[in-house]
Amino acid sequence: MTLASVGSARPAPSRSAQSVHGRSLGWLAVPALVFFTTFGILPLIGVLLLSFTTWDGIGEVVPSGLTSWKAVLSDPQLPHAMWVTFQVAVLSWLFQTPMSILLGVFLAGAQKYRAFLAVLYFIPLLLSSAAIAITFKALLDPNFGLGTGLSLPFLSQDWLGEPKLALGVVVFVVSWQFIPFHSLIYQGAVRQIPTSMYEAAQIDGAGRIRQFFSITLPQLKNTIITSSTLMVVGSLTFFDLIYVLTAGGPGDATRVLALQMYITGFQGNLMGPASALGVILVIVGLLLALLFRRIGGGDKTASQLEGA
Amino acid sequence: MGVPLAGALAACGSSGPSSSTASGSAGAAGSGASYWYLTGQPGEGIRKGTVDRFNAANAGTQIAQTAFQNDAYKTKIKTALGAGQAPTIIWGWGGGGLKSYVEASQVEDLTSWFGENAAVKDKLFPGSFGAATVDGKIYAMPCETVQPIVLYYNKSVFEKVGAQPPTSWDDIMALVPKFNDAGIAPFSLGGQSRWTNMMWLEFLFDRIGGPEVFQAAFDGEKDAWSNPDAITALTKMQDLIKANGFIKGFSSITADSNADQALLYTGKAAMMLHGAWTYGSMKNDGGDFVKGGHLGWMNFPPVAGGKGDPSNTVGNPGQYLSISSKATDAEKETAKKFFTTGVLDAPEVKAWIDTGSIPIVKGADSNIGTSEDAEWLKFVYGVSSNAKVFAQSWDQALPPSAAETLLDNIAKLFQLSITPEQFATNLNAVTNS
Repeated sequence: MTLASVGSARPAPSRSAQSVHGRSLGWLAVPALVFFTTFGILPLIGVLLLSFTTWDGIGEVVPSGLTSWKAVLSDPQLPHAMWVTFQVAVLSWLFQTPMSILLGVFLAGAQKYRAFLAVLYFIPLLLSSAAIAITFKALLDPNFGLGTGLSLPFLSQDWLGEPKLALGVVVFVVSWQFIPFHSLIYQGAVRQIPTSMYEAAQIDGAGRIRQFFSITLPQLKNTIITSSTLMVVGSLTFFDLIYVLTAGGPGDATRVLALQMYITGFQGNLMGPASALGVILVIVGLLLALLFRRIGGGDKTASQLEGA
Repeated sequence: MGVPLAGALAACGSSGPSSSTASGSAGAAGSGASYWYLTGQPGEGIRKGTVDRFNAANAGTQIAQTAFQNDAYKTKIKTALGAGQAPTIIWGWGGGGLKSYVEASQVEDLTSWFGENAAVKDKLFPGSFGAATVDGKIYAMPCETVQPIVLYYNKSVFEKVGAQPPTSWDDIMALVPKFNDAGIAPFSLGGQSRWTNMMWLEFLFDRIGGPEVFQAAFDGEKDAWSNPDAITALTKMQDLIKANGFIKGFSSITADSNADQALLYTGKAAMMLHGAWTYGSMKNDGGDFVKGGHLGWMNFPPVAGGKGDPSNTVGNPGQYLSISSKATDAEKETAKKFFTTGVLDAPEVKAWIDTGSIPIVKGADSNIGTSEDAEWLKFVYGVSSNAKVFAQSWDQALPPSAAETLLDNIAKLFQLSITPEQFATNLNAVTNS
């Protein structure tokens, strides 16, 4: 059913796209390819090479074989940083996905006030991570923050000083920042669902909740996969926000892999091990992206992607 | 594929200059030099003033200046050096950081220049040259002020609670429950910055075991951190933390935002161990706290049975200006001219004294008399000149990679997530070389 509806929705564009493709417009991809090679592939190769060297960032680069890799892989900080990264990824996914879907469905409605709210909800996305982190840090300050200001004892926790609370705050702030983005994706996807399906469901006597679970959610399957890939792979790169908010602290409670890489490289001056960490980040990111493709994989997805 | 990396790199780039005040004239690009230094009043204004006066007096040789926030600068300057884009004049803390520049041949050897310009050298405190010297050669010009770490206290809070300033470590431990019962934190601390915690250990190590304990670790002696005196110091440190000696949430407070100082002058905390440079900012930000005489200060008190001389202090014996070896000859000349005629000129010396700092110029104490901060200045001058040992901050003395391990483990020690013995083991691993 899904297949049919998406496929029949736009037969003409897909055919014309085919014929344009036939005349070989491959060169259109050249600018993107040049940029990607220059700013994506080349630095990546550089980092891979650097991971087999010893370099303090300012002196000579000295090839040193596997020294950096041994140092990184035997460092107890690595499993710790991976565990923190995993927690941030999973917790923020668990928090963001339901919220984004609900908000997205809500905002997909045509009512005027929803359009107004959509603009409001969108605001966090316009702010830079650093600004968000500084703001939350000030609000959550245990001595001068919101809790003390409003004399609300439950708000004046040691939010960023207790390891568990700090991790929770990081997940919350990350979600606060990115839920608008994912809501937007879901909003778009929900609007693509043919209204005829809902009309048919209504005639069959399905209530709103039943419609949501039987039509909306299944129709959003691919969007969920896309959004989840962005969330999880993106959470590997959380750096700026955490760096400003907690600097990885207290202790190393919120020191994610990207932060560990930065600290090793730019504060410890150990560019070799930092590059090895960078390579590990890339590999984990690739594996995760592949995994998500697999989850959403199979023939069905393939053909749906073609239609969309 | 490149996404995770690109994200991280872009983020690094965002820690750019917080204020860019390039005031070099475009016409004099050939002989112009560049100079990066730290933000934060009152120092930033004084640094800018010195450069502006130099630029006004030397139309042909201009210095373009850019100011960075402390922690951002530490990263930025290393990256710039590595990329060959360092400024002509490199502001720094001397010690281990300078040593790493020297080893990478990034900074000029100034030994012979100081030989030819003995007047410049003789003007300055001799003690300030220690951290500018690597393997017997001078690679930096000491500048600005001497900054011992001082134990500050809020006199009003002490009066309110009816307590006396501590004269020993036991007094400190006895004051902790007293202030906690009164709902006031005994000590303010900006623990997220980590080096703030380190100042406590520097003093405890010195007072308990003398300066030899850290010196041994610095020299790379085997198991130096497992010295019984070191373990005692680390244990006492954790005792104070366990007794709630520090303000709630200290591990999420940063020193860069001066929130730790705010805690002291708003009376939320009774005492604070911090650098002499905070006097100026507390005077700036604290209303009538400093002017009204509510700020008290002392050198860190002795620990009963300890071997360290109570006159010893730690901190920054000066700040340091190096010249990039990658600069052109004209730029280097401009920098040297700036060192001779600009740095610590009479208005700068006066400006530092006016903000409550002791510039590292001989005879600076003769300018103190009329200052409204005379009492404080005399104290700083006394502590700095009477100290048997004026030790450099550990993280500045050690090479950067060891310093990072040190700060990391200090944060965990203060978090009580490692024991003193684990701390010693972790550090022995990096300083034994």
